[in-house]
Amino acid sequence: MTENPAAPASIDVDHLCALAHFDFSAEEKEKFRADLSSIVGYVQKLSDLDLDGIAPTQYGQPVANALREDVPEPSIPRETALANAPDSSGDEYRMPKIVE
Amino acid sequence: MAGIDISNLTVAGAAEAMRRGDFTSEELVRGVLDAIAEKDGAIGAYLTVDAEGALAGARAADARRRAGEDGPLLGVPVAMKDIFNVEGQPCTCASRILEGYVAPYDATVVARLKAAGAIPCGRVNMDEFAMGTSTEHSAFQITRNPAAPDRVPGGSSGGSAAAVAGGTALVSLGTDTGGSIRQPASFCGCVGLKPSYGRVSRYGVTAFASSLDQVGPLARTVEDAATVLGAIAGADPHDQTCLDRPVPDYASALRGASVRGLRIGVPKEYFVEGTDPEVMACVRAAIDRAADAGAQVEEISLPHTDYAIAVYYICATAEASANLARFDGIRYGRRRLGPDGSLQSLYDRSRTEGFGPEVKRRILLGTYVLSSGYYDAYYVRALKARTLVRRDFDEAFAKVDAIFCPVAPTPAYPLGATAGDPLKAYLGDAFTVPVNLAGLCGISVPCGRTASLGLPVGLQIVCPAFEEPRLLRAAAAMETLLG
Repeated sequence: MTENPAAPASIDVDHLCALAHFDFSAEEKEKFRADLSSIVGYVQKLSDLDLDGIAPTQYGQPVANALREDVPEPSIPRETALANAPDSSGDEYRMPKIVE
Repeated sequence: MAGIDISNLTVAGAAEAMRRGDFTSEELVRGVLDAIAEKDGAIGAYLTVDAEGALAGARAADARRRAGEDGPLLGVPVAMKDIFNVEGQPCTCASRILEGYVAPYDATVVARLKAAGAIPCGRVNMDEFAMGTSTEHSAFQITRNPAAPDRVPGGSSGGSAAAVAGGTALVSLGTDTGGSIRQPASFCGCVGLKPSYGRVSRYGVTAFASSLDQVGPLARTVEDAATVLGAIAGADPHDQTCLDRPVPDYASALRGASVRGLRIGVPKEYFVEGTDPEVMACVRAAIDRAADAGAQVEEISLPHTDYAIAVYYICATAEASANLARFDGIRYGRRRLGPDGSLQSLYDRSRTEGFGPEVKRRILLGTYVLSSGYYDAYYVRALKARTLVRRDFDEAFAKVDAIFCPVAPTPAYPLGATAGDPLKAYLGDAFTVPVNLAGLCGISVPCGRTASLGLPVGLQIVCPAFEEPRLLRAAAAMETLLG
């Protein structure tokens, strides 16, 4: 493994799985926990920087709101979009029941 | 008659030959298909080839030419990274989660290439969802470096580079979020252009990190890269980050290109311990050639270089964790139900079985840096540090016209060399990610081979945002000097 100078406190992989919708085995969880600890340890080097008063940069260019008229235009036909669905019924996507 | 040999054919050369009537687009496309059949078994650049569709496209281009049309891309086949939606073709992003998906529309760049008469001719391999630097993270196959078959082609656009360098494509399209066009171009020995953020539409290009992703060409010459950029650049109502700025005639701007009088900055932070001495020697020699040809070379400093990897892997994974939330097994792609048949189990199983380990790792990291309690400490800090990386370049470009540096700290490494150590692989992006973080344009131009093993090395040239004409002129001049 690449050297990891500042390993953070244990990362709660169960919590991350719940947020990101994964269902890992115990072995996978341990592997990802170790990987994340190494990477998070590395990125902690940003704490060396004095960032007081520095504005964040979120985009590659300073892009403000790009406004346009709200004019409807043709889109992908419904049947074309549904052709990629793993399961569909008539004009709709089908998925497991969520209300008892 | 013998088929057309495309091993060393350029886009400009092919267009001129078709103009003269030496061959048709259909014959050219057959030449590409023959080259794929003959050579790709050993390289593995292509995931799928739609021969019938490509030949139909070629016949349509030939008909347009007979009707009096002409253009630099009319009848020219282009290999497409498996991340671009081309109507009626698969688009898997080299991921099992998109197995079976058929693109219902053309990405804007694809529509523009088709309008110019170019023909999407095969889908090429990549790291899954463009996450990786070796193309080893494809769910489907390994791609080998044509210059050294036991080594990686780089990535994530490794198939795009291997096809062009290996003689199975004249030109290809890739994407570059943190170096994914420039680094494989450097590893394989072709030209790779990452345009400025906002120059090319990403509509129909599967998103990885939306504040960083750009589309660009990999080509055999700077002129060919300029030609493709000219066809794909420009505002798009479907991508509001694509800026409404004029698109110059990039290819014409190359005439008489020279580095005489060009003020070149050489960042001292890129020539340090950790950069392969043979890579440094190639790049230094190229810079010396530029100086001999009349460029003014000076050392500059980009003091936050050492922080760029950390900034990048926070910003890019945070954005990826949000972008890849759309792959949930409901609307397209792979669906698997868990044992209890619930919606929750459908999400969890579809994603767990569909994504490969590197994509999962990055989604988890992005989820972590955005999660409650860590958001300010990691994500917001990274955004602020990104400002410092950008300012480094602003200050440098107040003094110099272009920055010359290595593309990557190493040449192509052996297959399997970074397996099991993701951080080691990430550190290889040190010289490319700053350019994406700052939204600049950059290019990799072949600048020789390593002394010991003869592996290709790329010279990276970086210019301010939307200064592609200056970037391409400098690159063309270096191509001539180093040719």
